[in-house]
Amino acid sequence: MKGKPEKLIVKGKRLDGRKLDELRPVKIEIGVLKRADGSCYLEIGNNKVMAAVYGPREVHPRHVQEATRAIVRYRYNMASFSVEDRKRPGPDRRSIEISKVSRESFEPMVIKECFPKAAVDIFVEILQADAGTRTAGINAASLALADAGIPMRGLVSSCAAGKVDGQIILDPMKEEDNYGEADMPIAMVAPDNVTLLQMDGHFTKDEFKQAFELAKKGCAQIYEMQRQALIAKYGAEGKQ
Amino acid sequence: MSDNIVAEIKKEYIYDLAKRDERADGRALDQYRNISIETGVISKAEGSARVQIGDTQVLVGVKIQPGEPFPDTPDKGVIITNAELIPLASPTFESGPPREGAIELARVVDRGIRESGALDLAKLCIEEGVKVWMVFIDVHVLDYDGNLIDAAALGAIAALLNAKLPNERYDMGKDAQLSVEDLPVAVTVAEIGGKLLVDPCLEEEQITPTKLTMIFNKDDAVAGMQKSGTGMLTSEQVYQAIEMASKKAKEIRKKFLEKG
Repeated sequence: MKGKPEKLIVKGKRLDGRKLDELRPVKIEIGVLKRADGSCYLEIGNNKVMAAVYGPREVHPRHVQEATRAIVRYRYNMASFSVEDRKRPGPDRRSIEISKVSRESFEPMVIKECFPKAAVDIFVEILQADAGTRTAGINAASLALADAGIPMRGLVSSCAAGKVDGQIILDPMKEEDNYGEADMPIAMVAPDNVTLLQMDGHFTKDEFKQAFELAKKGCAQIYEMQRQALIAKYGAEGKQ
Repeated sequence: MSDNIVAEIKKEYIYDLAKRDERADGRALDQYRNISIETGVISKAEGSARVQIGDTQVLVGVKIQPGEPFPDTPDKGVIITNAELIPLASPTFESGPPREGAIELARVVDRGIRESGALDLAKLCIEEGVKVWMVFIDVHVLDYDGNLIDAAALGAIAALLNAKLPNERYDMGKDAQLSVEDLPVAVTVAEIGGKLLVDPCLEEEQITPTKLTMIFNKDDAVAGMQKSGTGMLTSEQVYQAIEMASKKAKEIRKKFLEKG
């Protein structure tokens, strides 16, 4: 890996030319997989992720099924080639934790009572990683759930805020994540429900507040993009 | 499974109490259970601490030994945190490889120690690129009555404060106290019926849809956060939780970690 650049913010601009409160470019395609019940391919900056939803379907193994509601399962997985140094395939501790908190970011939104004894399986594959993969995965999974027609109370939108060179920024990319002082991914459902909140690094309470508000703004922008993508795919004016 | 059924019956009771700002064990919403810490309980470990929060009990052992540094950080020591939910501690724990609960516990404890800078990893370098100190923090849960993260995090920092670098064993001079640079304290808050309860006991933990753990440094800055559970929080609740937790963290740090 290259060493730390001297400065991550120069004259109010970041290494990739973004302003402090600017998201990376986002590309969304819904319904890209034939076999899955719902799917979504999403890019944000150099992240490329694919999400697929299967279900509601029968639960295997049987003993984990719930009599009155569906269970939600979430698998976050990184492709071995998605990062600079090859990642050993299969789940590791990091991906198990991310799978857990990501699943929990959806649980309050999926109307589980609609499908007793069933499972809704969400699979997220990180094909290329550049910081912010869990948030990208959640954004894609949200649309894949909608694409699968799973009843939901709202769309989950996710985005991180961080701190680099002492300044609060939106949507950190790899260099900013590596050499930054804090990183805080959140997920939101409009208007004001936080379903994922993690943070590591160093935030004073004021910085936390600033970062939290900025991350919420980022989520609102992502939400709008998700909505537009759904309208483009399924809306009356869409190409169907 | 049977535990969940009991929780269903108690759920309404605990929600009703919370509505009136009360709790089943008589505590105020912002009241922590009694904490006790005993350090140096395992003489074979370089550092150790047994922490009790109410009936929750964890034992944290720190082992320190020389090892090879990671190739991308040749001049830095290594911290490895592990947690086991052993079947001795609860009828709901099973043996086998750690599952997501244990992994999350270990990773949040690790995050607190690492991100607070409690250990200066550069000071743990013995010979750049060849030999560094590896600090293993192992969390052994003995009795599970809720709020394992706070107990384990407190045990981890207490055990580190108590730890020695075993220089003698490796012919590197005299044993020395491990230098600890910050005193991170984790405080967990649970949401029940719109109310926030600090330090949830098992019953509360089983029915709360959402917990938020916050880790504070000596300077009152946030070093780590983790929302856990299938519910959600409003922004207002997040801010409220931070204020609540930061106050508790200060009290706990002052009473249990700063006395030495």
